[in-house]
Amino acid sequence: MEELLSLATKAIFVENMALAYFLGMCSFLAVSKKVETAVGLGAAVTFVLAVTVPLNNLIYNYLLREGALAWAGMPDMDLSFLNFLALIGSIAASVQVVEMVLDKYAPALYSALGVFLPLIAVNCAILGASLFMVERDYSFAESTVFGIGSGIGWALAVIALAAIREKMRYSNVPPSLRGLGITFIVTGLMAIGFMAFAGIQL
Amino acid sequence: MSKSREVMLDPLFNNNPISLQVLGICSALAVTTKLETSVVMSLAVIAVMVGSNVSVSLLRNHIPPSIRIIVQLTIIASLVIITDQVLKAYLFDISKQLSVFVGLIITNCIVMGRAEAFAMQNGPKMSFYDGLGNGFGYSIVLLFVGFFRELFGSGKLFGMPVLASVNEGGWYVPNGLMVLAPGAFFLIGVFIWINRAWKPDQVEAE
Repeated sequence: MEELLSLATKAIFVENMALAYFLGMCSFLAVSKKVETAVGLGAAVTFVLAVTVPLNNLIYNYLLREGALAWAGMPDMDLSFLNFLALIGSIAASVQVVEMVLDKYAPALYSALGVFLPLIAVNCAILGASLFMVERDYSFAESTVFGIGSGIGWALAVIALAAIREKMRYSNVPPSLRGLGITFIVTGLMAIGFMAFAGIQL
Repeated sequence: MSKSREVMLDPLFNNNPISLQVLGICSALAVTTKLETSVVMSLAVIAVMVGSNVSVSLLRNHIPPSIRIIVQLTIIASLVIITDQVLKAYLFDISKQLSVFVGLIITNCIVMGRAEAFAMQNGPKMSFYDGLGNGFGYSIVLLFVGFFRELFGSGKLFGMPVLASVNEGGWYVPNGLMVLAPGAFFLIGVFIWINRAWKPDQVEAE
């Protein structure tokens, strides 16, 4: 239990998906103009991460990795080269399923997330988390915690950046730095802030 | 000829995929702590870009619009698997350092973005040039960032000492910030600043 807690803290703060690994940067920069949209996307990303990372963990451990097909009578089979294709396929499929389920049972949330939901399929944070899970050899419980944790971390970063950018409208930025340029520098400063968490050990 | 040259050279500074189209930033930052990994990553992305642009463009009249995203993703993922296997076979050390970021080329928005925006409408030859051009535009930013991060972060270029660092009895105190994440953000910010100061028509109106 303690181990899982420290994994969660690590995923949220120390190894923040957006600020330490630069994952999901494209949508991170694109949707951080307003706090409202940032909250919506943050929630959607957390949700999808919480579903896909454990799912991919099962796919990898029971279908793809070396010796994983032993239950089907093929102990020598190593399909790990199909990794990328299988992971992205399952992500695209689960985003689709999540979209349909939300549409049916939670229409309010569905319309709030709007166009962001399908876009999540190509958010590098999602595929990145699954690939990290494979590389670090997480167990099922660990990958669930890791998925939720990194989702929360990403959401935290994008909401904070959106809040800063809303305030920044009042400041006088040099013309050629306006927009994307200053956003990068602000993100850099935020990354320095998040580095302060690096010393925390649970 | 002039059209294809335009298609190829435009993405370098006029319509750079990273600094203007805001695509493919994820991987641009993470692999640039060293120049060597930046070069390998650039080559990998150029190869995947050109391959995906040409194959999407060849298939463009046969892909039903409703499932085009998944078709494009499959093409790109297959190309990335090939690239990954090649890297693992011939450049194992670097492939270890790049870790998950080779796989992340799949979700690199530049590849998807160009397949969707250009290759679906244009012939294979033009798409080839477009892929090459955008690949180079991406590489320029990557090499710029990689060069400065390695030079100031550890006083080396391609692993060869250029500025003799204090640890090895020299005079240069390495700037640790450059190797960490924030350094990359600052450098890209500066790159965009320089690029837009040079080409003022790219400045965003707010």
